[in-house]
Amino acid sequence: MSTLKKKLIVDGVRTDGRKWNELRPLKIESGVLPNADGSAYIEQGRNRIIVGVYGPREMHPKHLTKPHRAVLRCRYHMAPFSVDPRRSPGPSRRDREISMVIRNALESALFLERYPRAVIDVYAEILQADGSTRGACITAASVALVDAGIPMRDLVVACAPGKVNGEIVLDLDDIEDKEGEADLPVAYMPKLEKVTLLQMDGMLSPEEFDKALELALEGCGKIYEVQREALKRKYAKQGERKSVEKV
Amino acid sequence: MILERGNLSQRFENRELVLPGDLISDGGFRPGENTYRLHGKVYATRIGLVNYERGFVSVIALKANYAPRVGDNVIGVVVDIDLGSWSVDIGATSMAPLNVPDALGEPFKQEMVLPDFLDVGDVIVARVVDMNREGTPILSTLGPDLGMVEEGRLVKMTPSKIPRLIGKRGSMVKMILKETGCQIIIGQNGTILVNSKDREMEELVVQIIQKIESEAHTMGLTNRIYEFIEEIKERKKE
Repeated sequence: MSTLKKKLIVDGVRTDGRKWNELRPLKIESGVLPNADGSAYIEQGRNRIIVGVYGPREMHPKHLTKPHRAVLRCRYHMAPFSVDPRRSPGPSRRDREISMVIRNALESALFLERYPRAVIDVYAEILQADGSTRGACITAASVALVDAGIPMRDLVVACAPGKVNGEIVLDLDDIEDKEGEADLPVAYMPKLEKVTLLQMDGMLSPEEFDKALELALEGCGKIYEVQREALKRKYAKQGERKSVEKV
Repeated sequence: MILERGNLSQRFENRELVLPGDLISDGGFRPGENTYRLHGKVYATRIGLVNYERGFVSVIALKANYAPRVGDNVIGVVVDIDLGSWSVDIGATSMAPLNVPDALGEPFKQEMVLPDFLDVGDVIVARVVDMNREGTPILSTLGPDLGMVEEGRLVKMTPSKIPRLIGKRGSMVKMILKETGCQIIIGQNGTILVNSKDREMEELVVQIIQKIESEAHTMGLTNRIYEFIEEIKERKKE
């Protein structure tokens, strides 16, 4: 069966020219939506995602409130034009599942117990999809949460290695995700060294799994630096101007 | 055991930019605002400038939502009318109730028509007089300079930067007041009311507030704002 599959790695080079341990080109920008309390925009390869955060604010409908803590509501949504062929604009089963996965990955970084009866809303809109969108959403959402001034234990970074043509590679794109043998989305809090999301689709041997997880954490470390830069770029201007004070 | 003091556990320079999760002290400093302690170490919870002072380490947040405290003066919008109280949006995690006795100074009577006193959409200056068990702020408009706002313009600012707009013992607002002649009412929740007969001066104050917001936490801000006002006044004369 595998002989029928496309060859995705030729002489150690992947379809888009990357090596096995390379990330896709990454760009993050924070504070892109003036109407949201916090926001972020991410470009990871051909992924294009915008995330808006609101709250903590009063929750409606009221019966969904929790008396002892805030509720984190996440919405993962793919725009109809984000994939080819066009997809139906309504929320699918997959959208709901990924929304839940994102919520679980972010929840442990937040101090929800500080805001009883409130809600924090995270809206992730996928404008263009190119594999590992859930990871990119988590990465962008944590930047947006910081931008909204919501207290956090740490930033959350996500990235997805996988197995393609029998090789463990970092940061799968769309073709590799679809044609590859396995993928392993991981979300991670780098400073606290805690994994908040670990999913596996496909089959990996224990050795391959260990290698992939290690690779994921390495990739997360690199993405984390880009996250920090994005936030510093927006806020350093305000905070550290005293060092470049005009005469 | 040697107790770490001073610079020993200071992980950053004073006033350096930190992000949530950054380890700012591994003992020796007690956790202050916008920090948390885990296994004896102190981490930041918000983006801001780290401040080591008198045995405490805190983060001056560059962005934070409004956390109401008893005694705060706030500016809010009436969003709903219930039986015997108004619901006011002051930007906190929940709507703040304003009960009839706290607004009119007399108990609620069945024949009172609440929209005649305050209607949905009205802007009020109020004081947080109490917090209930759920942490909901309770408002009152009884007191000098409190009550419904008749005219003016609302400007928003990050609540954590309001102290810079006030300045040391009110030096900044007093200066702006003197230079522009505008009436300025500051809500601790980050809403500011600017009112003046002179529309151009009102516009200038809005610009000043935006400038303070983007340059908060820089040194010599009051002087720079003063120069800024003079500069614009000069330009207008020409």
